[in-house]
Amino acid sequence: MKVAVGMNSCSLAAGAQHIYDHIEKKLKGSEIELKKVGCVGMCYREPLVDVIEDNTSTITTYGSVTEDMVDRIFEEHLMDGKPIEEWVVKRDWYEDGVRKTWDVDEYFSKQRKLIMENSGYIDPESIEEYLENRGYEALKRALKMKPEEVIDAITRAGLRGRGGAGFPTGLKWKFTREATGEEKYVVCNGDEGDPGAFMDRNILEGDPHRVIEGLTIGAYAVGASKGFFYVRAEYPLAVKRLTTAISQARKHGMLGRNILGSDFSFDAEIKEGAGAFVCGEETALLASIEGRRGMPRPRPPFPAQKGLWNKPTCVNNVKTLSSVPWIIRNGWEAYASIGTGKSRGTTIFAFAGKIRRGGNVEVPMGITLRELIEEVGGGTEKGVKAVQIGGPSGGCIPERLFDLPVDYESITSTGAIMGSGGMIVLDKDTCMVDVAKFFLDFTVKESCGKCTFCRLGTKRMWELLDSITSGRGKEEDLHELEELALTVKSGALCGLGQTAPNPVLTTLKYFRDEYTAHIEKRCPAKVCRDLIKYEVIGEKCTGCRACALVCPTGAAVGERQKVHTISIEKCIKCGRCYEACKFDAIEIKDLGAEQDG
Amino acid sequence: MVIIPYLKELDRNESSLISALQETQKVFGYLPEEALEEIAQYLSVPVSSVYGVATFYSQFRFAPLGKYVIKICHGTACHVMGSGNIAQALEEDLGIKEGETTGDGLITLERVACLGCCSLAPTIMIGDRVYGRMTHDKMRKIIRDIKRGKL
Repeated sequence: MKVAVGMNSCSLAAGAQHIYDHIEKKLKGSEIELKKVGCVGMCYREPLVDVIEDNTSTITTYGSVTEDMVDRIFEEHLMDGKPIEEWVVKRDWYEDGVRKTWDVDEYFSKQRKLIMENSGYIDPESIEEYLENRGYEALKRALKMKPEEVIDAITRAGLRGRGGAGFPTGLKWKFTREATGEEKYVVCNGDEGDPGAFMDRNILEGDPHRVIEGLTIGAYAVGASKGFFYVRAEYPLAVKRLTTAISQARKHGMLGRNILGSDFSFDAEIKEGAGAFVCGEETALLASIEGRRGMPRPRPPFPAQKGLWNKPTCVNNVKTLSSVPWIIRNGWEAYASIGTGKSRGTTIFAFAGKIRRGGNVEVPMGITLRELIEEVGGGTEKGVKAVQIGGPSGGCIPERLFDLPVDYESITSTGAIMGSGGMIVLDKDTCMVDVAKFFLDFTVKESCGKCTFCRLGTKRMWELLDSITSGRGKEEDLHELEELALTVKSGALCGLGQTAPNPVLTTLKYFRDEYTAHIEKRCPAKVCRDLIKYEVIGEKCTGCRACALVCPTGAAVGERQKVHTISIEKCIKCGRCYEACKFDAIEIKDLGAEQDG
Repeated sequence: MVIIPYLKELDRNESSLISALQETQKVFGYLPEEALEEIAQYLSVPVSSVYGVATFYSQFRFAPLGKYVIKICHGTACHVMGSGNIAQALEEDLGIKEGETTGDGLITLERVACLGCCSLAPTIMIGDRVYGRMTHDKMRKIIRDIKRGKL
């Protein structure tokens, strides 16, 4: 019997280390092995603890585990062999060598795991476990094929760039292969800068060898001898696990000279990003690897012709590269049979926001937004209003369009983009104008400043949004906003600027009534600070002083057992009193609303 | 001038610049002026380029940090789950804005774009540890622990 604890960044944030330490203490002196695994994607049930039966290979997963629960799991399951059914959230078993999964929420029933097949099942710091799970088998197979055959397989599989733009991967490899030049490079883009996206982090932390294998196969296909992993510095654990994996791969002959005894030599190193969203854009990323300011340049020439140090360079996203080993191992036909239209295979989304089941899900292309959000993600408590997809480059899709299939073309038709996979689910308590302003605030800060459209255009758009959310907006501002947005979209130099207006354009298109409400000095979701006030409901207030004790500005005051008041002048609207009140005696109202009583 | 010993690991050219800055910040907690000049000389890069790069990337700082650095995540998920409110109340409590350090050098508040733990929003990071599902109440307890030296 073995015990495994999910130990990715999000698991650790949910307290997995305490649980791990506690189990370690309990298991001292016993024969039961304890191991760390990555994230299976069920972040909403973290910390997760697996009990693995050696004889049947059945994995029983317990969710939201506490120290007290560990004690009982230890006594009843580990010692007496009786699983505690009411705490089991997931179970895996094998039928004819194929893993089957059941889970209490039906979270996994519509999922299809190709990229994440190992995530949460193997120890990311052990190359042996990766090898036991058919790891590097694809590399072995690829090295026996001609590079052109590898490219052909990827092309026929229909794999498209999972970084967001959806460019056919096989074609990108072909262009790099055919470009003239002795020296070529491959780069793994792990600069997952979209706020609200954490798929690449989970793969890098949970199954780093898969990314190495994908990049190495890519290098063989395009004819590169050197590669880089560009990973955000905000992901220290991903960097650490990838570093370990690279050195293991070198020791096992998967990287370095004459890989697996072939004529092919290739090595790769990590370059840590330094906190610039624009570096997700490939030409900016390459500038950053060269040690310069991460500013994009016009294309063409494309990196496939002139990339790193002007040599042909192929840049692929983490998820794209992680799909490669599966395709080579199982054949392009198997991959192409999954998905829909021009979007084949699976893709990973990161659920966050108001959704019940936050986490990473891998689904076949073509699933509808409704199935994805309502059935897999469990919807939200207060009803779904919209989903924000594609981060600052994407847009907000309203609930009424949720019957659309998830594929590159359908998502683009709404004005959003597929993006890298961040999905923030919004409910009635989210203000859409505030969301648009949030993204513009982000873009203004992250614009590299090279082209005028992006540098000034986004700033002017932010100013208009700021005036609208503070109740100073006018009807004509909406037209100006729209006009500016379209101008920035068509004039900006790189993807950052060209897509930055999307959050504004989609909210204007689908939620114009919310903009109009703000112009009438009302925030329907009661979010925009300048348009709301906090007030004590006299009948409910017990005078317990909880609000007065926590208020950072002394705005909430009152004597014990007497109705309290909140001073509009002093209140900064941080909501601390609202959280502290146990009697629901504080309400958020429109600023213009009459005082009660 | 003494070459900073950890730079010796790096190739002496422009492509090592960002790594050199990162290593320097790991050692000092920020980028001291003298170190920037030394890096320029060691890598044969103009000082202006070193400053250009150091000011471009948000990771780099030019002033020492407090003993505890609280990184408040302002990613999309954290934003819609109320990170702005938590940050605002905290700024009021500590009497500093994001990006500043308390007078006693104990706490620095930093604003970060996304920690990638979105399913546990709102989140903050202190050291290498991420704290998820933050509330005003949890935040106040963390500050209390820091002030008592118990974190």
